[in-house]
Amino acid sequence: MSKTVTEIVDRCQALFEDLNFTSAREWKAAEPGRKVVGYMPVYVPREIIHAGGMLPLGILGGGEALEVIHGDAYYQSYICRIPRSTIELAITKRIDFVDGMLFPSICDVIRNLSGMWKLMFPKVYARYFDVPQNYRDDIGGNYYVEELRELKEGLEEVAGRTITDEDIRRSIAVYNENRRLVQEVYDFRTKQPWKAPSWEVYLLMRAGMVLPVEEHTQLMQDYLAAAEAEDRPMKDNCRIILQGSFCEQPPLNLVKSIELAGCYIVDDDYMLVTRWLLGDCPVDGDPLRNLASKFLHESMETAAKYEPDGTRKGQYLVDAVRDRAAEGVIFAAPSFCDPALLDRPMLANALSRADIPHISFKYAENSGQMQPIREQAGTFADTIKLWS
Amino acid sequence: MNAQAASQDVIKEPSMLKQKAMIAANFDKLTSANETGQKIAATYVPGNLNELIMCFDMGNNLPEINAINNGMRKKSGAMITEAEKQGHSEDVCTYVKADIGNMSRGAIAPNGKPMPVPDLLLLSYTGCFTFMKWFELLRDQYGCETTMLHVPYEGDGKITQNMRDYVVKQLKEDVIPALEKVSGVKFDIDRLREYLRKSAAAEDNLVWVLESAKNKPSPIDAYFGGVYYIGPIFTAFRGTDDAVEYYKLLRTEIEARLAAGKGPITPEGELTEEKYRLVVEGPPNWTSFRDFWKMFYDEGAVVVASTYTKVGGVYDQGFRHDPDHPLESLADYCLGCYTNRNLPGRVDLIEKYMKEYQADGFLVNSIKSCNSFSAGQLLIMREIETRTGKPAAFIETDLVDPRYFSAANVKNRLESYFQMIDQKRKGGGSAAAA
Amino acid sequence: MKTFVGIDLGSTTTKAVMLDESGEVLGRGITNSRSNYETAAAVAKQEATVAARLYLFRRALGSDGSGRLDGLMGDLERNFRLEQFLEQLQDLQTTCAGFVTPERFKGAEDKAIAALEQVFERLRGETPAMFGRDAARKSDFFRDIAGSRFMQIGEEVAQKTGLPFDLLLNVYDKSIIEVENRPPDGDMAGTFQRALARVLAETPDQVVDTEGATKAMDDALAIELEETYVVGTGYGRVTLPFPKEHIRSEILCHGLGAHMMFPHTRTVLDIGGQDTKAIQVDPAGIVENFQMNDRCAAGCGRYLGYIADEMNMGLHELGPMAMKATKNVRINSTCTVFAGAELRDRLALGEKREDIVAGLHRAIILRAMSIISRSGGIASDGEFTFTGGVANNEAAVKELKKLVNENYGDVTINISPASIYTGALGASEFARRAAVN
Repeated sequence: MSKTVTEIVDRCQALFEDLNFTSAREWKAAEPGRKVVGYMPVYVPREIIHAGGMLPLGILGGGEALEVIHGDAYYQSYICRIPRSTIELAITKRIDFVDGMLFPSICDVIRNLSGMWKLMFPKVYARYFDVPQNYRDDIGGNYYVEELRELKEGLEEVAGRTITDEDIRRSIAVYNENRRLVQEVYDFRTKQPWKAPSWEVYLLMRAGMVLPVEEHTQLMQDYLAAAEAEDRPMKDNCRIILQGSFCEQPPLNLVKSIELAGCYIVDDDYMLVTRWLLGDCPVDGDPLRNLASKFLHESMETAAKYEPDGTRKGQYLVDAVRDRAAEGVIFAAPSFCDPALLDRPMLANALSRADIPHISFKYAENSGQMQPIREQAGTFADTIKLWS
Repeated sequence: MNAQAASQDVIKEPSMLKQKAMIAANFDKLTSANETGQKIAATYVPGNLNELIMCFDMGNNLPEINAINNGMRKKSGAMITEAEKQGHSEDVCTYVKADIGNMSRGAIAPNGKPMPVPDLLLLSYTGCFTFMKWFELLRDQYGCETTMLHVPYEGDGKITQNMRDYVVKQLKEDVIPALEKVSGVKFDIDRLREYLRKSAAAEDNLVWVLESAKNKPSPIDAYFGGVYYIGPIFTAFRGTDDAVEYYKLLRTEIEARLAAGKGPITPEGELTEEKYRLVVEGPPNWTSFRDFWKMFYDEGAVVVASTYTKVGGVYDQGFRHDPDHPLESLADYCLGCYTNRNLPGRVDLIEKYMKEYQADGFLVNSIKSCNSFSAGQLLIMREIETRTGKPAAFIETDLVDPRYFSAANVKNRLESYFQMIDQKRKGGGSAAAA
Repeated sequence: MKTFVGIDLGSTTTKAVMLDESGEVLGRGITNSRSNYETAAAVAKQEATVAARLYLFRRALGSDGSGRLDGLMGDLERNFRLEQFLEQLQDLQTTCAGFVTPERFKGAEDKAIAALEQVFERLRGETPAMFGRDAARKSDFFRDIAGSRFMQIGEEVAQKTGLPFDLLLNVYDKSIIEVENRPPDGDMAGTFQRALARVLAETPDQVVDTEGATKAMDDALAIELEETYVVGTGYGRVTLPFPKEHIRSEILCHGLGAHMMFPHTRTVLDIGGQDTKAIQVDPAGIVENFQMNDRCAAGCGRYLGYIADEMNMGLHELGPMAMKATKNVRINSTCTVFAGAELRDRLALGEKREDIVAGLHRAIILRAMSIISRSGGIASDGEFTFTGGVANNEAAVKELKKLVNENYGDVTINISPASIYTGALGASEFARRAAVN
């Protein structure tokens, strides 16, 4: 019997609320020798972890439910919240089953957290995962392939086995399938946003942070079928793109509030890792070279990446507005998020030049007040409807 | 009061006058570029490629230095407000906002003349994520030729061959061609070697000066005084005869102080009694630099080693620019800057300083603007306390945002801290403050 | 005898503690800080001296600690306050008269002097009742009591005599500042003797005979209290009226004071109006580490003040209200700026006031827990002492106990009713050590 939307979303919600990561713990305990490797935003090649028979586990902070006591002792008040709640998760042993942690190149805070992890949890394999900001195959590409090789070797140590090219090729194929489904869900929402509310899509993608990839792919298939079958009324909402939430996550209430205020979110930058590589990564040939090439030439744009061509700065956002038939952009960035907040004025300029309306506000993963956000989003929606 | 009376004439050593003249001449060179046809590159302090830029007869304009200048002249506050009005968040780096605000106001240099639009933006993306965004913002404003040098981070605390190759290759295939194109000058590696030889000579003397603080009493303050000592080597003078001469002069002066058993020079004269020897982590505050310094010398506190004086190169741990391996040594220079080192490496270095410089305590000046430095400093502090058993303290200020310097707050903590060191030393007896 | 005084100049109140050579507390004193630290310090010191005299008197009477002298001591202190009040009234009247000048009163000077005489006569008349055994006074500070009565009586008298009240008020305003900032008069012995005479006349059936009491008072007053060493501390220290070598950091004073109150203290938490600090001390009370809230005052006592204002309640009503909570409401912002907005948001969502207020208390204690953690946590081999204004708030204490227990296990938590004097106590001990060592 096929599952209903409610059943699927309830399961995702339970996974989302479980700060002890029970499902990942159970996965690890199911067979002796299984290993779990955590990763933070914005992108790591999960294929290589998967190729080692390990579970990639997305760690996105503690959310609004976690009371941070010890984590605050490591950070000044002017630093965002995700590192402190992540440390709280570790100190309170909620992620004590994680065998490795990857810290992507996204900002100085997450970068330094990699070193803190080495000092605080010396038994855990902790790696800062650097990516090139030079997009030439023979420069940035060569560097990146070597970085991937070093990562692979480190992960082999964690896994206690070698990871062959064939293993990686198989995993690339599995993730290609997953990325296709992610894209389908996003496209489905673009076409019929009333049938796929953003908070549901959000929870569905969050489930992909903790579930084995194969299970997540199946879950998305189930959701698409169930959501298509469900009869939901279309509202007179405007269509917006949410931008700036690629690292520290907003409270779920914020996602809901924006939609309640009259805005369909037709695109976002939550959990970019699920769709970082655009389109299928080739399966034949040198898998690391393929991952590198895909990264250099066909991957998402975000603030953590350098845009070599000044005239194209922010163009991807303007393009997304067109492709998703959006009517405006809401910049929602975490407080003290350097990449998002430094990028915002340039993106905003690009939008203004293209006559695309935009507003902005900040949040923290534990923001309590939604009233101001509802008001701003509501006013924005009214303005768009008035002028369109 | 430890320092001699303020009424006394402020001491100006020949090295100070020399540096002042060098800086003034450089500002004149930069601001007259439109008349002289001098080509200008804009680049950042950490990982700056001054010798390479000189190979193309180009001038070097450093936005952080402009922000510091405006901070010390109490002009940065209004510039930051200006940038925030333009849509820049109050949460982000104030060097960036002071720079952007400054541009909106005509980019006036300290000599009163406007800075030219650079001919090339040369982004050395070293040890600070914000540099990358700052650079994109500058490019947005200037619309000039740009090139980027991505310096990978020492995540595992070491420079790998892969990192070195990556940087060298970018230098060869991106940076040098861009410099050639903008300047019209052909790259000559022997010219680079010659500059690097001069850099190394200056670096030797700089290291001698910094290490003179191992003596008791220390003849220098390695933080407040230190920021002046690193001036030439961190900026547009590395590889020049001027820098070689400056550091020779400086070394001679410090040698004389050392021989005479003298303490550091402060803005109010000589420090006569060294009561506390500190290692300091983090950049200073610039808007209240003098007031901040005074809180130390009034109490007889001398900074004997600091990490900020290593942001533009960690020379005291053995690195020198090497004429025999020119591009490789430029790569190693960039890769080895302090904020490009991982956190465990920073802790190790500070621990070493604490011991080698016989420090009484460790102080963190945590800067709101600078997450590269600040994120993790509370853990650094804990580690140093545990490893050395010496008391540590934590204060919070900002680089150039006057709104983030609370004098009463900082003074309160510093005084408590000095008295705590004192009390611990005396084992519970009455800790007199003076 | 030699005495050692510690003075803690806070932003709202100034405290003084006086010790004898053996470290015994002779007396404590408190006053409002005014804008003049010098006077505040002098007044607090005098208050501590008064308490010390009372202590010495009691000792001279041969107190056996049974409490049999409690009634007498209470009466004596009350009457001493009465005498002191009368002296200050006299000072105020004289000062007021000095401001009655032809420029102000344009020929009505005699009328003004007569009016003032009338006002003060009435004030003096009702004073004893104000200091009666069961009388409740809203404040013990001269300015507060004298001010409110002057307003009322002055207006009545002005009406009757046809003198514009604002002229009298102007004279009063000028005078009260002078009187308040005048370092207290030295004739304490006379005041005590008059007070004792009143006590003995008031209730002849005292537990001690007149002769014995008078002698004990004379003996107590005969002891010269030599101010051997004074140490000052407090946030306003930068402008403290002491030479530098007589100043100690509030952190050190707080740590030592807590150690003196509870000798097994290893961790101190102080939540004051403007800052929160966690201090680690060694077994001798020496500070080993300290952390304070960062430059943002989030989660300090002032936060509760804003909440009280926002809810139109008194600060002291917040704790009892929070104790009535039946549900956990999570408040995430301890930012004073956002507190009001979050509060209104919660109310709009239908949350009950008491539940929200309890959540706010938990939020500030969570913030304090972080600062404790930053300073090194709570040692399992020592006790934990909580001081500062928020330590008087039962709801805050309840949350703190719960969280300390959850995070550090079964730790002894000390809260002293005299916790407001912690800093001054530490300072007085520093004074004693400075002189003795």
